[in-house]
Amino acid sequence: MADLDTFRRETRAWLEANCPPEMRRPMTSDEDTFWGGRNAKFSSEPQRIWFERMRDKGWTVPHWPTEYGGGGLDGEEAKIVRQEMAAIGARAPITSFGISMLGPALLKYGTEAQKREHLPKITAGLIRWCQGYSEPNAGSDLASLQTRAESDGDDYIINGQKIWTSYANYADWIFCLVRTDPAAKKHDGISFILFDMTSKGVSTKPILLISGRSPFCETFFDNVRVPKANVVGTVNRGWDVAKYLLQHERAMISGMGERGGSRPLGQVAADSIGSDAQGRLDDALLRADIATFDVDEAALAAAAERMVDLAKAGQGHPAFSSAMKYYGTELNKRRHELLMSSGGIDALEWESERSHEGARPRAWLRTKANSIEGGTSEVMLGIVAKRILDLPGA
Amino acid sequence: MPLLLTEEQSMLRDSARGLISDHAPVAHLRKLRDSRDETGFSRELWATFAEMGFAGLLVPEEHGGSGLGAVEAGVVMEEIGRTLMPSPFLATSVLSAAALTRAGSAAQKSEHLPKIASGKLLAALALDEGAKHRPLHTSLQAVRSGNGFRLNGAKAMVVDGHVADLLLVVARSAGAPGERNGLTLFLVDPKAKGVAIERTIMVDAHNAARISFDNVEVTADHVLGEVDGGAAVLGGVLDLGRGAVASEMVGLSEEVFGRTVAYLKERKQFGKAIGEFQALQHRAAHLYIEIEITRAAVLKALQALDSDPAGATAAVAVAKARAGATATRAVQEGVQMHGGMGMTDQFDIGFFMKRARVCEELLGDANYHAAQLAAMRGY
Repeated sequence: MADLDTFRRETRAWLEANCPPEMRRPMTSDEDTFWGGRNAKFSSEPQRIWFERMRDKGWTVPHWPTEYGGGGLDGEEAKIVRQEMAAIGARAPITSFGISMLGPALLKYGTEAQKREHLPKITAGLIRWCQGYSEPNAGSDLASLQTRAESDGDDYIINGQKIWTSYANYADWIFCLVRTDPAAKKHDGISFILFDMTSKGVSTKPILLISGRSPFCETFFDNVRVPKANVVGTVNRGWDVAKYLLQHERAMISGMGERGGSRPLGQVAADSIGSDAQGRLDDALLRADIATFDVDEAALAAAAERMVDLAKAGQGHPAFSSAMKYYGTELNKRRHELLMSSGGIDALEWESERSHEGARPRAWLRTKANSIEGGTSEVMLGIVAKRILDLPGA
Repeated sequence: MPLLLTEEQSMLRDSARGLISDHAPVAHLRKLRDSRDETGFSRELWATFAEMGFAGLLVPEEHGGSGLGAVEAGVVMEEIGRTLMPSPFLATSVLSAAALTRAGSAAQKSEHLPKIASGKLLAALALDEGAKHRPLHTSLQAVRSGNGFRLNGAKAMVVDGHVADLLLVVARSAGAPGERNGLTLFLVDPKAKGVAIERTIMVDAHNAARISFDNVEVTADHVLGEVDGGAAVLGGVLDLGRGAVASEMVGLSEEVFGRTVAYLKERKQFGKAIGEFQALQHRAAHLYIEIEITRAAVLKALQALDSDPAGATAAVAVAKARAGATATRAVQEGVQMHGGMGMTDQFDIGFFMKRARVCEELLGDANYHAAQLAAMRGY
């Protein structure tokens, strides 16, 4: 315990000295997120400084081994770093599917050569990854995917189409599910493979969403040649890797609503609506809804903390991330409904500097995808019913 | 600190669970109810509780107790919640023991705490007056009289009020109802002149009483803590009690849920187990998730009560509000999914619904605690 107290003190002091003040304010636009990659641009000098300091310390991913550019911290220490960052409202130095999704799968299923090739570029923010999972006819029923990988000597030739590929148009590499054995049962003929998005035959087309933005793409593969050495895990056992990665993706999505250090929602509402003489929000029913939301949000934060602690103690249930994904995304949708209600007509403005180009309504609309992407709420409930509750026929 | 029980706490849970499930399954409550038992709980079982160190769980070791904390109290309460065991644990071992330990004079502590720990003294906190839990709205009057005070007023929902050997009475010695200043706690002998106790049979068949105070004289020695400054002590004691009741509701919710899922697997209609129907699967999965999230929120509050009692208020409000909402959902789904059987007295599930309703009102319902949280957060 004494060691951890010391570690906490040192962490606090280091963050205090190294996190620029601009990086302690809540994010207000898409530009505030740094994604890394070959074409990465910093939107500000403080963003660059913050990223580079964290990278040099190994804290873009504090709990990964140091040989791959991580911080080599154990679970308790990594938790302290998260807590101390949250305490000062520090932004994540980088947002990266390499960190939140691919990395954990590579650490578990990758060969040493694959880890050494890819992980250091993830921790250093040099390569930006995207995820090739869904297809036009494989959404909730992901395992029915049809993108083919045909053997040709030491390579596979890949043909097919992915959809809802987040930021495929900005990504450098893709981790992708492909069918390597069309004769096998649907879960048994899939492999998990990595390739460069600049490979010949890869093209992307952004999809315009109801938010007016295009975070997702259609991604097309036309005779793309990929070395067989790029398969992660066993050929035709890619579904295991896919599921493992999905647990991490779901944990990440469930945490997307977390807002460390920002103003309470009720105060944001009071900015627009006003308060009565006792300081209570001047809309009793909205106040009640926000208070109930706050209760649930605080409870979810405790559950997220407990999930990590249970996993560390070897007592976690692998399907519990589905439970958290369900609850976290539904809660985030509630948050944005409440933000829209709190803003009233001011939250309806779509194109103006005053509204940061409609930041609030666009964010509200974006959250509607939370309970669809990474497995719908209904699929999550089905997984809980089957794998945790063991209900018949689920 | 990991949001898990330690090894010692898990062992405590196992021993509490063993004792309670062996000696006080739901049938125990049913029997007490049906026989209109005058005590409302088993004194024999309470003696065993004391022998095992549960009665004095929160009592400091120098006064004969175990000197444990909120997490341990919550562990025991959760097991109590699983079987709905009627027990003096909440009123005597949690609320009263904590109030005496925190506010008692040396003489008060050494007089009462060892007896609580040995199971020989039952105590009750007389606080609520109106239909809803509003501690600061206390209006029972304490007027100075000679060397002491004279009490006038009435209390309701005094848990274990009709069997208590000692009453801890919250009174208003100054200020107006609603004000924080001016509350004083008194130790009152239930046999004192002017005290009238009416046992109220409640929906959940657990103990409660209405108590009126008609010019009840108490001396200065019977003041617990500071005159007019009772709110500070009371706040901490109530938070501990809220954490304990929230734990009871977690145990209750989980038990109802377990019974309901078992029923979904066993009951057949239309030629298959009703648990095969997706409409029920999704509701069951949702309820499971609510319970797990509430469990984490309650443990978070209990740990905060032990590590930073003054800063625990928000976490406790979250825990009690969540536990109330979750238990309410659990028992409603429990009855609905049991169909007609859930409506019968013969089936235990209704006992859980009744107890959940009482737990929800005890020490503040979900609305009360959500509103507290809103006020703490400045809106």
